[in-house]
Amino acid sequence: MQVNMVGAINNALDIILRENDKAVLLGEDIGKDGGVFRVTDGLQAKYGENRVMDTPLAESAIIGTSIGMALMGMHPIPEIQFAGFMYLAYDQLVSHAARYRTRTRSAFQIPMTVRTPVSGGVKALEHHSESPEALYAHPGGLIVIEPSTPYDAKGLLIKACRTNDPVLFLEPTRLYRLFKQDIPEDAYEIPIGKANVVEEGSDLTIITYGTMVTVVKDAVAKKNVSAEILDLRTINPLDTEAILAAAKKTGKVMIVHEAEKSFGVGAEVAAMLAEKALYNLDAPIIRVAGPSMPYPFPGYEKYYTPNVAKVVQGIEKLLSQ
Amino acid sequence: MPIEEVYNCSVKRLQILDENGNLDEALFPEGLSGDSLVEMYKYMLLARAVDAKALSLQRQGRLATYAPLIGEEATHIGTAYAMRKQDIFIPAFRQHGVQIVRGLPLDLFFLYWRGFEDGAKLPASLNQTPVIVPVGTQLPHGAGIAFALKYLKKDAAAIVYIGDGGTSEGDFYEALNFAGVWKAPLVCIIENNQWAISVPRSAQTAAETLAQKAIAAGINCIQVDGNDVLAVYKATRDAIQNSKDGPMVIECVTYRMSMHTTSDDPEKYRPDAEVEKWEKKDPIDRIRKYLTKNGLWNDSLEQKTKDEQAKFIDQAVEKAEQFKPDPKTMFENVYGTITQTLEEELSDAMSANFWQESEDD
Ligand SMILES: Cc1ncc(C[n+]2csc(CCOP(=O)(O)OP(=O)(O)O)c2C)c(N)n1
Ligand SMILES: [Mg+2]
Repeated sequence: MQVNMVGAINNALDIILRENDKAVLLGEDIGKDGGVFRVTDGLQAKYGENRVMDTPLAESAIIGTSIGMALMGMHPIPEIQFAGFMYLAYDQLVSHAARYRTRTRSAFQIPMTVRTPVSGGVKALEHHSESPEALYAHPGGLIVIEPSTPYDAKGLLIKACRTNDPVLFLEPTRLYRLFKQDIPEDAYEIPIGKANVVEEGSDLTIITYGTMVTVVKDAVAKKNVSAEILDLRTINPLDTEAILAAAKKTGKVMIVHEAEKSFGVGAEVAAMLAEKALYNLDAPIIRVAGPSMPYPFPGYEKYYTPNVAKVVQGIEKLLSQ
Repeated sequence: MPIEEVYNCSVKRLQILDENGNLDEALFPEGLSGDSLVEMYKYMLLARAVDAKALSLQRQGRLATYAPLIGEEATHIGTAYAMRKQDIFIPAFRQHGVQIVRGLPLDLFFLYWRGFEDGAKLPASLNQTPVIVPVGTQLPHGAGIAFALKYLKKDAAAIVYIGDGGTSEGDFYEALNFAGVWKAPLVCIIENNQWAISVPRSAQTAAETLAQKAIAAGINCIQVDGNDVLAVYKATRDAIQNSKDGPMVIECVTYRMSMHTTSDDPEKYRPDAEVEKWEKKDPIDRIRKYLTKNGLWNDSLEQKTKDEQAKFIDQAVEKAEQFKPDPKTMFENVYGTITQTLEEELSDAMSANFWQESEDD
């Protein structure tokens, strides 16, 4: 079927609701309205208000009650309307979802898939454009996934909803309707913790994910260089093996993400490479990322979000070293 | 031992001017002059005109996403008109009418909704905090501001706004509880417009009224007809006057006549019949009827006012549209002193001409 990312996620949720009667969706405006991005469109009509629930406006309770459901063997799939509003549920995620397994030495598990839109580039109001993946990857105990294509979104979401650990499934709003892909109608899984080689190349290696995958591809095409492009797909757990292999292949590494540069995923990847592959590199690692500040209002976002020009600038710098 | 009643409560509702412009004389706010009534009415017209302008600009791609106020003018103007200059106003994101009465330069309003932080660079003399988007999170600020007013021995109250949906957030309950414990001069206006995006008031809480949520925190409360500017005014003025003795919650029952924001399509979830029912309770119509009946208003004044307001609005739009963002200000305002990291990121961006290319996108 030809679908954009919205269609792919909707289809994955449909499959999960059909195959697992312990799975429920809950969140703000996800029922009748079908979600503010229409990702859950039609699912309440199909599965009823008991399985696709419009909740009161309270993020901490959306995640906290989901944890309660998960403790009873259900598989809740809460939606937080925007990642910028998930901070209200940070305590539930970090103090409970992330800790329940280790706290009880696996006597309790939290099978829960939290979906939330992330990242900018769509001229949205304040708090609607954040890329907070590092905040959730950092504490440990949460799986953090961020797809960059409709195909990946479906396979990863199905896998997440069949997993016994809490997953944060981050959906880049800019990619929701950016392009369509032909994907299988039936269920399929993409493994968690496995990166994807998007393009093979020999001049340099670019490690990226989410919104930046298409930007990187465009920049590479524009510069006409041979780049090994690795899409992480899963941020935690990191696919260290794939990252090391890609880095060693060219010896020149650039990491590109939209999130703030400082203390981010790029820092983690670079540190890991410094520990394990320093002598395989023949240039300093370059990070291209958003500046180290809160995401701005929409009028300034074009000065903030890394674009083709900024990635090209990074490529030139790396290749000149 | 018999079972005793240990607590018992009720919630009162206030209406002064009904849907047909009939007044309950006994409840008329003491000392409110005819001129003041006309002034409030003009503010309501202005709020509606600004709203219509913003909506049309948004549709032309000249504003970012916008949250309309239409239908909620009496709640905005009534509460704002009761505030004193020294009171601190803490909005959520839809209280444009309050901002207008409080003297926000209108070009800043348009600049904000065009999507620039510069529109939130508020003159200190306004005594207001900026628009807050994460629902309910401004409530604890309100309680803290009220505490500070008391601590600093100021003769002022803090007036904080929240929607019906917002009253489901933990921050709402926590803030009221603090304000109650502190007996802080906080007035919380619940702008109950019946909808939180697609979720109706009935699905938001099993409570009969939103006002009663104050009772659990030991705070006084009242429900008012939020489309009756006189009732809203009176309740707010009384609450501010009594705020020295502690906080108060006022639930204004009104209606969101339009979409949640320009990104929303209410056709998907809201019956037209409901909207039509509320059209008959329009807050502007009823005060106009009253003023006209009492010889305080007529058609030629109406036309003259609307013409003046249109000019005033156009000037503000023009000024807001002349604004050119300077990306350096992003880097210079993260901390009091720019950090080494930001300094480097700024000079990288400038030297590589990356902004120039961004302009061409
Ligand atoms: C914490 C948080 N969650 C979700 C949102 C998205 N959102 C914006 S407004 C809104 C509904 C607000 O309803 P209400 O409080 O009744 O205010 P109204 O919009 O009706 O003025 C929602 C869910 C948000 N801004 N903040
Ligand atoms: Mg509301």
